[in-house]
Amino acid sequence: MNSRIPNPVAQLDMPGAAESAVRRPTDWKSGAMQSRVRRRYAAERRFRFLGLTAVLLSVAFLTFLLVTMIGNGIRGFTRTEIRLPIDFPASTLILDPAALRGPEADRALAGADLEGVAAAAADTAFGQGGNRLLSDGAWIAVRQAIKADPSILGRKADIWVPASTGIDLAAKSEAAAADEAAHARLEQAGAVRTGLNLGFLTAADSTDPTLVGIWGALKGSLLTMVVTLLLAFPIGVLSALYLEEYAPRNRWTDLIEVSINNLAAVPSIIFGLLGLAVFLNFMHLPRSAPVVGGLTLALMTMPVIVIAGRNAIKSVPPSIRDAALGIGASRVQVVFHHVLPLALPGILTGTIIGMARALGETAPLLMIGMRAFISSPPSGLTEPATVLPVQIFLWSDEVNRGFVEKTSAAIVVLLLFLLAMNGLAIYLRNKFETRW
Amino acid sequence: MTPLALLFLVLGLGLVAWFTARAKAGGFATPGAPRPHSRPNYHGWYVTLWAVIPALIFLAVWSGVQPGLVIDATLKSPAAAQLPPPGMERAAILSEVRGLAEGTIEAAFNPLSDTLLPAYKQARLHYGLIGAVLTVILAFAGGAYAFTRLKPDFRARNRVERVVMAVLLIASLIAILTTIGIVASLLFESLRFFAKVSPIEFLTGTVWSPQTAIRADQVGSSGAFGAVPLFWGTIFIGAIIAMIVAIPLGLMSAIYLTQYAKPSTRKWMKPILEILAGVPTVVYGYFAALTVAPALRSFAASIGIAGASSESALAAGLVMGVMIIPFVSSMADDSIAAVPQSMRDGSLAMGATMSETIKKVLVPAALPGVVGGVLLAVSRAIGETMIVVMAAGLAANLTANPFASVTTVTTQIVQLLTGDQEFDSAKTLAAFALGLVLFLVTLLLNIVALRVVKKYREAYE
Repeated sequence: MNSRIPNPVAQLDMPGAAESAVRRPTDWKSGAMQSRVRRRYAAERRFRFLGLTAVLLSVAFLTFLLVTMIGNGIRGFTRTEIRLPIDFPASTLILDPAALRGPEADRALAGADLEGVAAAAADTAFGQGGNRLLSDGAWIAVRQAIKADPSILGRKADIWVPASTGIDLAAKSEAAAADEAAHARLEQAGAVRTGLNLGFLTAADSTDPTLVGIWGALKGSLLTMVVTLLLAFPIGVLSALYLEEYAPRNRWTDLIEVSINNLAAVPSIIFGLLGLAVFLNFMHLPRSAPVVGGLTLALMTMPVIVIAGRNAIKSVPPSIRDAALGIGASRVQVVFHHVLPLALPGILTGTIIGMARALGETAPLLMIGMRAFISSPPSGLTEPATVLPVQIFLWSDEVNRGFVEKTSAAIVVLLLFLLAMNGLAIYLRNKFETRW
Repeated sequence: MTPLALLFLVLGLGLVAWFTARAKAGGFATPGAPRPHSRPNYHGWYVTLWAVIPALIFLAVWSGVQPGLVIDATLKSPAAAQLPPPGMERAAILSEVRGLAEGTIEAAFNPLSDTLLPAYKQARLHYGLIGAVLTVILAFAGGAYAFTRLKPDFRARNRVERVVMAVLLIASLIAILTTIGIVASLLFESLRFFAKVSPIEFLTGTVWSPQTAIRADQVGSSGAFGAVPLFWGTIFIGAIIAMIVAIPLGLMSAIYLTQYAKPSTRKWMKPILEILAGVPTVVYGYFAALTVAPALRSFAASIGIAGASSESALAAGLVMGVMIIPFVSSMADDSIAAVPQSMRDGSLAMGATMSETIKKVLVPAALPGVVGGVLLAVSRAIGETMIVVMAAGLAANLTANPFASVTTVTTQIVQLLTGDQEFDSAKTLAAFALGLVLFLVTLLLNIVALRVVKKYREAYE
């Protein structure tokens, strides 16, 4: 690529030429020189084009990644439903509509064999094996319909229930031939529709891709992030203040500085090993719990906050400290009344970026067992939980093809959260950035 | 009373102390009297700290000691006479009793637990009450002592500030503690591993099959811990394939954006490139496994490469390289920007074109910084986990074929630690030995890189 360009002056500087006192000026109009200049300009254009290609390649990759994820993910937010006609009076269901109006409704419904009723209704409506067209969770939709309007128990009712994975795939993209045929038949009967899947945002993990939701993982993520923030933010800010404002320059402070800088570059999986060895095996904290995940991620996020905090504190001009000291403030008062409030926007920006990194982190949480199958959202900090990135990892391992779009949909949700956090950080930086 | 309720009680007492002390100190500033040394707020904080800190320290110690005391008292009760001798069974019954008392278990499995329950509950109430009373007494005593010391010339501010400084120091020591924790836990578990497998075999062996069988006569029961294939896979993916992608793309993007692009273009393009670094690695891993790897495999099959695996080194390396681009690019950006403007101007004034200036002046001058940045990027790439876990496979092959499956250190750590394993087996301990190697290598790379970058910066300052 870089053809060696001979320097015209150096060529003239040969021993023979040096002896002749008169140096002939370079004839730039000569054909040789003209073509050399052309070559050099061509090389310039090539180089510039290569640079542009590099940038465009990176952008193209990013676009491709996002388009693939969003394209697959959008389908994950919808689900296919089948209209299931149920003849309640003719069914085996023994339910007293009066009991459903009272506070005992849940217990009455729990005892009823709704699964059997839904399966029987499907078999009658769609022929033998019609049950397999329905999702495993179809009876939940039946239960909700009864709860919403107990009077349907006395008549024949059409209830929209979620379809099986095969029908779902057939409705959205291509699926196995048998499913395609079944879907075509249903479509002809007008008994199928595809709509927004609210359950995806409110349910937790499940073995059936038509029933999964991300709320469980999202709640786990939120709980973990709360623990991380509560630990990493105060500790990070306080140590940044100490190192930047008070620490004497000696071997101890150097040691602290070196360990913070190194911690910021340690691979995240090492923090997972630390969490496993210290929090689980030594301190016997509960496995898979948000509190352990939060502790581990806090150790990982703290150095990021310290480094961002130190930069923000460093950019507060010394004149402010001098002025405060000059009117009699103590050194603690200078820092807490003047320096910290001025540095806070910068610290917050760094904190949000560190938290966004922690939110997308997977590897350390795998180490401390947050990869368990959790079918209900965690209710506390010590309950077993999983987090959004780990949920994505778990779903990506599933064999069932229905999980592909669910994984992408979860990725879209995760990316939206990260985008919002980074957007907030940029907004804060632009709004409060002060040039001294 | 639960420790949490006690904690809130103590904090509440602290609040009361703050207001009382502040009210008292507010009265110090009377006209005619000498000016008090500290502001009323500092008097308030002084008393609060005295009321809260000793009580909280006691509470922390007590909640560590109390369960032991309760168990002791339970064992002394007459109902405990039928308990089996100390061992697994006894511990199981005792933990069952605790679960019953705390309401986490609804019914006991062992009938002995029910007989012990009253004694346990009695002891728990007894010691809980003692703890609560002592905590409250300490809080009152501390607060009262501090309250009596308040005088107009009392230096409350200096004392409060000394506590603040101590808190700041403790916060910054946590970083050191974390480092020590990492080194200690990795070293401790690794030493236990090296007691079972010799370090020389670990570092030079070429066979990696960590499965230790349950029965001795099973096939492949030996378990081999030669980590060379893992090290090779890590270097192959992280330091070779990823860098072949990341260095040219990152360097050229940095050059284009700093030297050629219009400021408005640069303002937009740079954040877009940074997004690449902000995408979570699990997303890259999913993308590599779902989209890139199958495409590469069919490509390899179409050009007739045998043995192409669906989990190829190339897929993981390529995607990892893209992830690293913004990292290399921003390091190169910084070091090119640090080259003095006069050198660039001098070269241009001599008639060199922009690309000649870049290739012959700027890049050579910025080279140490770029090299430092690349070393940091390598250290990041070899510590990267999710992409290789999802896309690189588990077969420990010693091969240079990019379409074959290789495994890496981080993949194996995840693999070894996520199964159901007893904690003492060589298999789980091997993960810590791998972690130790990874930690040391990344540490070394970071130190060298930072030193190179620092030295280079000083050269132009």
